Amino acid sequence: MTLEARDIHVTLRDTKILKGVSLSIKPGKLVGLIGPNGAGKSTLLRAITGLVESRQGKILLDGRELSGWSLKERAKKISYGAQGAPVHWPLEVGHIIALGRIPYLDPWQQISARDREIIDQAMIKTDVAHLSGRLVTSLSGGERACVMLARAIVSKTDYLCLDEPTASLDPYHQLQVMDILQNLAREGRGVLILLHDLALAGRYCDELTLIHRGQILAQGNVNQVLSDKNITHAYHITANRKDGDPFLSPWRRSGRPEHDRKL
Amino acid sequence: MRIKPPLLTLLLAIILAVIAFLSLFIGSADLGAGDILAALSGSATHSTEIIVIDLRLPRMVIGILAGATLGLSGAALQGLLRNPLADPGIIGVSASAGLGAVIAIYFGLSAYFPLSIQIMAMGGALIATMILSFISSHDSSILTLILAGIGISSLATAAIALTMNFAPSPMSLQDMIMWLMGSLENRTVSDIIFAGPFIIGGWLIMRGVGQGLNACSLGEDTAQTLGINLKKLRMKVIVGSAISVGATVSVCGAIGFVGLVVPHMVRNIIGYAPGRLLVPSALLGAILLTIADLITRIPFGHGQLRLGVVTALIGSPLFLYIIYKTREAMR
Repeated sequence: MTLEARDIHVTLRDTKILKGVSLSIKPGKLVGLIGPNGAGKSTLLRAITGLVESRQGKILLDGRELSGWSLKERAKKISYGAQGAPVHWPLEVGHIIALGRIPYLDPWQQISARDREIIDQAMIKTDVAHLSGRLVTSLSGGERACVMLARAIVSKTDYLCLDEPTASLDPYHQLQVMDILQNLAREGRGVLILLHDLALAGRYCDELTLIHRGQILAQGNVNQVLSDKNITHAYHITANRKDGDPFLSPWRRSGRPEHDRKL
Repeated sequence: MRIKPPLLTLLLAIILAVIAFLSLFIGSADLGAGDILAALSGSATHSTEIIVIDLRLPRMVIGILAGATLGLSGAALQGLLRNPLADPGIIGVSASAGLGAVIAIYFGLSAYFPLSIQIMAMGGALIATMILSFISSHDSSILTLILAGIGISSLATAAIALTMNFAPSPMSLQDMIMWLMGSLENRTVSDIIFAGPFIIGGWLIMRGVGQGLNACSLGEDTAQTLGINLKKLRMKVIVGSAISVGATVSVCGAIGFVGLVVPHMVRNIIGYAPGRLLVPSALLGAILLTIADLITRIPFGHGQLRLGVVTALIGSPLFLYIIYKTREAMR
């Protein structure tokens, strides 16, 4: 059981975004995907969930190529959380979370008592049960992030792929979201998240993949990936930390990124 | 006011049945309730039977089909485009059907064979539908679809203006203007036989899209990862509404505002989930159009009120009121 990306190449509008990236997510692991803006993290996440096609290489879901799975089957195995978690209508929180059950319903089928139970459990797990009747437009950023997590959880997938689940959250809610994700991994799901906060990445993730300009710069053990050399090379910053401590904080810029993003 | 969707559907169905039945009793010929009931049971005089069975009944049926189509496609398109301003007119089918009709009037085709205006209008609608389905089958974004609809609509509107500009006679120009304002007057069983299959066919194409539209509230990427086939969903909504709206316009002319306003009214009662709006919007659309048609039967001075004018006159203030009331939630 793994979700595996092998040698992924993605070109969007004549720009090579990913140039041969491989990554695997095993159940029980919280995997962090880090790298500077424009490195190709979101594109990799979208390739793994089947939202963009890889020109070369393949995505293997439990050993079988992703393209061989129907959309419905995939939806029962992998859930995806889009960046910024858009909601286009002022829907009730309970209804939004229930949308996560769609993979299990026929087009006309209504939510059953069993579905309701799963939804209630997810709401307790993410601490949003008290928000059930509220409109999503009335929520704070932190509440909204937890609601979207519950929506992903109720799909009962083996793998969760989330694009910046902690973006624009206050420190409390960042930790809350990371705790929930860590628990999900401990329960046996494979969780892949895209992160910009290196301290959170070092503190919570079991494995890290550092992407730089469409390629993997470092992968695996958290301490090795977050070495001073890698951080400076990828981000052009130096970090402040005690020796050997993975919990670093970005301290000052060093050098500047090149602008040659062309082929 | 919040009530459950199934209860609302039931209530609307009952209201529609009552209003539709009552509409048989109202018209320029002064018939008593006894005459109407006699005509329905087949025991009335010949002239009464013609008025009720051949004039008022088809008018009622077309009003229901047209109103339901406009309400349903308005709700489906707003859900698909995730835009509360979408209206069946946005995909350009109404204007294209109008162009077909205006061309038929320009050449005076109805003198040569019956239903020529309707057939030409349907032709215009089908051409627009083909262009739209070609565009949506090439994996285009929703924005591309909206812009294509606006493009088709503008082109057809320009061509309508051109045709009217060179109208062969003031009479034919007046016919064109009158047709474009929409009406259910003098509709017959043959109109139902002509447009009915397209209208019902369009509805059938759209069946089962509610779940996909609900999923699209979270954005298209998330909808796809929930197992929704977006290409198929877009195709169903666009082609289904294009065919049914095209057929509606071809027998009734352009009727504005029903498709835009009705989904907002339903949202006000049962909330914003786009999939839940579909059936209630169809029923409420049918109710509103039937009422609007009843209003056009009221004699006003020396003219006749046109249906499209009435729907816009009722619809716009209602629309303003609703958006004012829901401004907080829409933020």
